[in-house]
Amino acid sequence: MGQITLQGVQKSFGPVHIIKGADLDIADGSFVVFVGPSGCGKTTLLRLIAGLEDVSGGKILIDGKNVVDTPPAKRGLSMVFQSYALYPHMSVRGNIGFGLKMAGLAKDEINRKVEAAAATLNLSPYLDRKPRELSGGQRQRVAIGRAIVREPKAFLFDEPLSNLDAALRVQMRIEVTRLQKQLGTTAIYVTHDQVEAMTMADKIVVLNGGKIEQYGSPLELYERPANLFVAGFIGSPKMNFVTGELALQKGAATIGVRPEHLKIERDGGGGWQGTIAVAEHLGSDTFLYVDAGPLGMLTARYIGELSLHAGDRVSLVPDPQRIHRFDDGGNALRG
Amino acid sequence: MARMATRQRVVISTIGAWLFGFLIFFPILWMVLASFKTELEAFAIPPSFLFFHWTLENYATVQERSDYFHHAMNSIIIAGGSTLIALLIAIPAAWSMAFSPTKRTKDILLWMLSTKMMPPVGVLVPIYLIFKTFGLLDSRIGLVFILCLGNLPIVIWMLFTYFKEIPRDILEAARMDGATIGRELVYVLTPMAIPGLASTLLLNLILAWNEAFWTLNLSTSNAAPLTTFIASYSSPEGLFWAKLSAASTLAIAPILVLGWFSQKQLVRGLTFGAVK
Ligand SMILES: Nc1ncnc2c1ncn2[C@@H]1O[C@H](COP(=O)(O)OP(=O)(O)OP(=O)(O)O)[C@@H](O)[C@H]1O
Ligand SMILES: [Mg+2]
Repeated sequence: MGQITLQGVQKSFGPVHIIKGADLDIADGSFVVFVGPSGCGKTTLLRLIAGLEDVSGGKILIDGKNVVDTPPAKRGLSMVFQSYALYPHMSVRGNIGFGLKMAGLAKDEINRKVEAAAATLNLSPYLDRKPRELSGGQRQRVAIGRAIVREPKAFLFDEPLSNLDAALRVQMRIEVTRLQKQLGTTAIYVTHDQVEAMTMADKIVVLNGGKIEQYGSPLELYERPANLFVAGFIGSPKMNFVTGELALQKGAATIGVRPEHLKIERDGGGGWQGTIAVAEHLGSDTFLYVDAGPLGMLTARYIGELSLHAGDRVSLVPDPQRIHRFDDGGNALRG
Repeated sequence: MARMATRQRVVISTIGAWLFGFLIFFPILWMVLASFKTELEAFAIPPSFLFFHWTLENYATVQERSDYFHHAMNSIIIAGGSTLIALLIAIPAAWSMAFSPTKRTKDILLWMLSTKMMPPVGVLVPIYLIFKTFGLLDSRIGLVFILCLGNLPIVIWMLFTYFKEIPRDILEAARMDGATIGRELVYVLTPMAIPGLASTLLLNLILAWNEAFWTLNLSTSNAAPLTTFIASYSSPEGLFWAKLSAASTLAIAPILVLGWFSQKQLVRGLTFGAVK
């Protein structure tokens, strides 16, 4: 069981208010990702849940029990750090087994569990090496092994893959997701990589400036962003925003259209007119950065190759079903 | 050409380093040589370097006149005891300052160091009176106590700088792994800090071994360590160079041997954790 609830959780460092009241309900067995720009408080929120920082206000419930006064060792959570934080003086076996040793398990039981975890993570040949004799990816696996072997109520990950190269990151991303599903253990995962967020999460928490902007499934966030911040943060390339006359016509202060929801037509169509400033041809996709005069720069995405080039005139037609409307305060208007 | 130049530089700097090393080592060498001379030869002018009558007579006299092993035992107990107790106090102190610093941590560290800036003679009288009142004069316990307190600031400072270098994440990982603070200290922090602990221990052992102000002033015979033993040979009735040298050689021998075998740790200790 690993059901985690935050109720009005706040955190200040001295006079600086970092987490401004977070409410969150994390279902048992779900994979929740915290995303947000740098410095928005993702790590802080995770550390509050872990117990590595004390809350300044509010409650954290794990399986219904308020744990704000429980030390990290007693919360039954395990954490994977960005820096791996392996014990340098212990072998891989010692690292993975340390939590079990602290829990007072018998030696042969520890060995059995450590070997099972190592097998799952392809670490068996390295059990007797020291962390400094491992590659970055292997160290990461050890850190994950250390987390899973204890069968915790939940895993906490703080940007665990950000020190790996791109290819390994994709591979580990899949492995972590697979492992979490297989174990069925609740996971909270911090990242600022939105591809990681979209692909791994059952639910995403978008944080900004210490506030939760939206909490929902990846597709909910993509299709129905609650406000301008989420609309701009989720999706790549970024959503296009248009203000002024055009927005007012739709009864909104701002309207937003994702690049993939702009139909690209040669000049003369009925859409928004502009000149291509930059065209990026990736083969699988074509990205156009269009100078649309009073509307500003717009980004359009075409799936597949489109032979248009810088300087060409185009007209962009927004899909009427996919226009997002926002009020003065930046909140989404529905209906 | 360039290679020649670098070769020359290597040769010159090697010779320079040896000369400099020899210069520093010379007093100790001279002392050891003098300890094997007769009293007459010891202050003969011009001095003879190697061609004198080598004799062990001084060592025999020294052991006869004052019990070397008694003093050596006292030195071991006082230096060792004060170092161990200082470490026991300093490890948790440095740990808490390194890993849960408060606004005052810096001030406390500076204040502790400032106690080392005060000349000990400034507090000799009060300390002497305290020792007298509590019957600690000429007792090993008293000396262990005063040397321990005297070196504590340096021990805490050294350990603090070592602990500071240990990534916080690793200790937090241990906490997440279910380690209590005590077990975190025993299983994670201390093993990681062993090189630092070892050099702190050695350096402090040497400092305590050679400490002469308090040991000379607060002990006479029972608890007198080797420093008192040496001092008894620089008597006002006339100097006995050869015997003084023999006594000194005996006094520094144990710590010299220890230092020789732990050079690597010592260098690390003296650079205060700057060398990884
Ligand atoms: N111990 C601390 N004392 C004071 N301020 C802190 C402390 N820890 C974090 N902060 C501040 O809290 C804010 C949030 O930090 P946090 O590390 O949670 O950000 P983050 O969302 O994880 O960012 P990143 O993506 O860069 O890791 C930052 O402005 C940071 O400066
Ligand atoms: Mg962070």
